[in-house]
Amino acid sequence: VKYMLLIYQNPAAFQALSEEERNAVFADVDTIMKELTESGEWIGGDGLADPSQTKTVRVRDGVPAVTDGPYLEAKEHLVGYCMFECESIERATEIATRWPDARHWAVEVRPLMSAAGTEM
Amino acid sequence: VRTDIVVEDLLRRLAPQVLGVLVRRHGRFDACEDAVQEALLAAAVGWPQDGIPDNPYGWLVTVADRRMTDQLRSEQARRRREDRVAAEVPADSSFARAAGDDPPPEHDDTLTLLFLCCHPALSPAAQIALTLRAVGGLTTSEIASAFLVPEATMAQRIRRAKQRIKATGIPFSMPAEPERAERLRVVLHVLYLIFNEGYSASSGPDLQRGDLTREAIRLTRAVHRLLPDDGEVAGLLALMLLTDARRAARTRSDGALVPLAEQDRSLWNGEAIREGIALVTDALSRRPVGPYQIQAAIAAVHAEAARAEDTDWAQIVALYELLERVSPNPVITLNHAVAVAMLRGPRAGLDMLDGLDDDDRMARHHRLEAVRAHLLEMAGDEHAALSSYRTAARRTTSLPERRYLESRAARLGQHARSS
Repeated sequence: VKYMLLIYQNPAAFQALSEEERNAVFADVDTIMKELTESGEWIGGDGLADPSQTKTVRVRDGVPAVTDGPYLEAKEHLVGYCMFECESIERATEIATRWPDARHWAVEVRPLMSAAGTEM
Repeated sequence: VRTDIVVEDLLRRLAPQVLGVLVRRHGRFDACEDAVQEALLAAAVGWPQDGIPDNPYGWLVTVADRRMTDQLRSEQARRRREDRVAAEVPADSSFARAAGDDPPPEHDDTLTLLFLCCHPALSPAAQIALTLRAVGGLTTSEIASAFLVPEATMAQRIRRAKQRIKATGIPFSMPAEPERAERLRVVLHVLYLIFNEGYSASSGPDLQRGDLTREAIRLTRAVHRLLPDDGEVAGLLALMLLTDARRAARTRSDGALVPLAEQDRSLWNGEAIREGIALVTDALSRRPVGPYQIQAAIAAVHAEAARAEDTDWAQIVALYELLERVSPNPVITLNHAVAVAMLRGPRAGLDMLDGLDDDDRMARHHRLEAVRAHLLEMAGDEHAALSSYRTAARRTTSLPERRYLESRAARLGQHARSS
């Protein structure tokens, strides 16, 4: 099953971390990515630009309204995602547990929907 | 028929023969497999333009052998540099045989290769990838697109599987009894997984993945040809044919799933059904009778019913009872419960599901809730059925299944409002 890891951060709190703590976050991400690539589980992923660079788009009665900034005035924002394929939800959760942002904020693991199906 | 398809079929058929002869000649499965893959790629590009050579097998062996020789030479040269050994190494002596004139080998290495690729030391994902490449002759990019992962991911899985084979020293030889029987079971399971991956995807835009069904049937046919007296091999082939025979009827043109009871049976593939029934009839006369033979027999009973209401449920229930004794597992219990409900009424089926609620493997599974929903609907308990359909729809990770379950739920919801 393929899973997506949604990585949340509080950008202000991330800036407030010490240089050492921030470096540890980057180093841990490198380590896990290398391990997942090596094991053939890694599919892909990216970081997202700062929430201030967001455009929120709503279309009502065919009229688009585009506003700057995120839809939700939350302290924690989605800062990145990655996808991997592994044998079980236990393994997926284990990967999430080791993702450094989980120590400071939270990460979510969600199974991907597939286009395959079996008749019932 | 287009030339590239002819070439593709030919290459896939020859791939294990070429790999077999190379491994026998040089040892080193991992390096030989790379060399064969390169030769296959060269042929796939060149043959559709230049024409198929008179002796395609010999051509592939020659090209793959040359790559192998080049690689061994450059390794020797490197070792020589590294060791600073001045002594002359007679580089040609060990590779002197002309390969191109060889006829195809008399014995078939397909089975030995399958045992190697499906070694229990490898994970199922690795077994599947390696089997499709080394035995099926598919390219890494074809396998990657069939499993909807990037090519780099699939290449790494194959590389890792080959490293593991090398590191654990798995030999290129047929395992001896009694290990052989157990190892054959793993091979059949891998072929079954490949089939299922293709079958579940064989609708709508995912035709490329449906190709996996064809590949699984082709490989299982090859095993059946080599082991014609093995009842389980014949059983698995029959199960695949009888299941795949329903392909055209299992989805609507918009991709929506059609349950077995509502399928247009005139769309079933009669030729595949006839072959499957003949195979399973013969296989059931062989002992011991294993799970694939019994599942094929169940599929045959469904296939023999001209209309859903003609289905011989008594016979299907009897076969499920046998199957539960031979290979007990909760998915079988679930299907057994459906058959019991059809024979003795929905309450009898629902009673069987109670035991599964305590089974960790099934408790959170969408199929348990989906079956419960159907049986509750049969029993006329629409309120409870609606809630089970919705739970099942939330739990599944399949888009067409979710769509199917949501539409069943919506139908009941409308019904409840209008009554």
